[in-house]
Amino acid sequence: MCGIAGIIHKGHRANVGAEMTSMLQALKHRGPDSTGYAVYGDPVEGAYVMRLKIAEAEDMELGRSIHDRLEERIEAVDAILASHGAEVNVKERVRPYALRYVLNHDGDTGDMAEHIEETEGVEILSLGNGLELIKDLGDAGSVAEAYGLGDFEGTHGIGHTRMATESDVDIKSAHPYWAFPYNDVSVVHNGQITNYWIMRREMERKGHRFMSDCDSELLAVYTAHHLANGVPLEESLRRSIDEIDGVFTYLVCTRDQLGMAKDTMAAKPLVLYESDDLIAMASEEVAIRTIFPEEIDTHDPYDEEVRVWQA
Amino acid sequence: MPGMSDAELREMTQEERVNALGMTTEQLTGKSLYIEFDPDAQERFAYPWAPDVDFNKRTEVDASDLTNTEVNSRVRDLMAEGYGTIVLQNPRGKHSLAVGILSRLNLIIEGSTGYFGVGLIDGPNVRINGRVGWSCAENMMSGTVVVEKNAGSTFGAAIRGGDLVCKGSVGSRTGIDMKGGTIIVGGDTGALSGFMMQRGRMVVCGNAGKNLGDSMYDGTIYVGGEIRSLGVDAVTADLTKLDREWLTRKLTQYGLMPGNGVDHFTKIVAGKQLWNYDNLEPNEKKLIL
Repeated sequence: MCGIAGIIHKGHRANVGAEMTSMLQALKHRGPDSTGYAVYGDPVEGAYVMRLKIAEAEDMELGRSIHDRLEERIEAVDAILASHGAEVNVKERVRPYALRYVLNHDGDTGDMAEHIEETEGVEILSLGNGLELIKDLGDAGSVAEAYGLGDFEGTHGIGHTRMATESDVDIKSAHPYWAFPYNDVSVVHNGQITNYWIMRREMERKGHRFMSDCDSELLAVYTAHHLANGVPLEESLRRSIDEIDGVFTYLVCTRDQLGMAKDTMAAKPLVLYESDDLIAMASEEVAIRTIFPEEIDTHDPYDEEVRVWQA
Repeated sequence: MPGMSDAELREMTQEERVNALGMTTEQLTGKSLYIEFDPDAQERFAYPWAPDVDFNKRTEVDASDLTNTEVNSRVRDLMAEGYGTIVLQNPRGKHSLAVGILSRLNLIIEGSTGYFGVGLIDGPNVRINGRVGWSCAENMMSGTVVVEKNAGSTFGAAIRGGDLVCKGSVGSRTGIDMKGGTIIVGGDTGALSGFMMQRGRMVVCGNAGKNLGDSMYDGTIYVGGEIRSLGVDAVTADLTKLDREWLTRKLTQYGLMPGNGVDHFTKIVAGKQLWNYDNLEPNEKKLIL
């Protein structure tokens, strides 16, 4: 089933970490396997935040040897960063298998990202000027606590609670997906894509990489492909309704935008609340109500509806 | 069949056979529809275990800190105590609120409900001063439900009777598989509304999405605005004097009568080219075929 949620504040910052946590926790019943966040702080030109995982959570049960391998992987990442001229300002090992870097870099970040992912077991979860992408097994409360998301200040964010149906229960199959290698773009999805393998092969022929067998990753790659070719986000969302088969509702964030698209059957839910200050959305209204206990006006977007909001 | 030979039946068209056998193509069922045409019959449809409630006995339930199960249990307990008017405060989008109420009750919900709100009901009058999520009043048998704001998808799925009203707009697949009763939408409705509708009436004062009435068996849909597209086997029909009178009465009753009247409404019915409309038991079919 899966649950998705998003929020965007217009022209001001707020405690997006706490807001997303409260909405996603209310959607736990739609997907208890994993929870993910893509939250956006103040973008800083030239300074990048990189989130990566160096193993799956379950790998930590493999014994002492995995710890040695993890150290080797971190050393390899550091060496690659140095070889690309990246200056590391902050390096945090948030979880034994998850790291956060803040670095300065003025070269080709896509090339650097590809180089880093050549390291065995390493996957970049996100790279961008404002994006912080966190995903792990468990519910929203436990993930937020483990990654210190409770006081994250930002302008917008999206999140996902996953019920694994098409692929494994692991971090690489959890949402959101970063639109590799496009900075600051993330995607969450609720639904099933039925022409996944056809579209995946098409994207792979165009040179895009996939890190999982989760159909939702296709939407991130598809979005990245269009944005990299100068297609505006709204147009990319519209094209997806014609080109991607299945039942889906998905959300996309860029550095300063949040967009949504709903398939032709409108088979997957989304409830919208729009005010002058912010827009909030979730698979179920009960999630939005956790941050707006007072009475508010909400509505369901229709089939083939595409919307994009500016922060 | 009495007074009619097999040979005579064979000579008839399918529609004539059905009418001769007393099987109209729009068999109105559901308690409230009986009540509409025969007010005296109302008493016959009370469940024997239904609590004897007094509409003048009023109380409130604050749902803020209750689970949906606790709210529903509280409502049942209050009905058993004879409360006939219950106000539910702070529902905050909780799912499955006020489901399975099978007797008379005035229920006022001050706020929005989540999925499957007031589903499986047979008799209560419900006013929701908020929005409702997906599948509101699913399988409703009788009573009235009036939603003051918007509604999600599958509004009134498979209802068999009663009046289900949304004063705002609703999502997709409104009245899917409805088998009776009346659905009234003050605003717009989404795609595939009236999908596989079998009986009853649906009124949409605004616009309707694509594939309206797709694969409908029977029943009637009225649309005041634009129709993006009709579904398979859904066709337009002439708006009769009876239709206008019925629309005027129903829309006035719920304060949704358009300023420009109802003459502009489009009437949609089943083309009846898709399905076998014999509607007969096997032994009856033997007599005819």
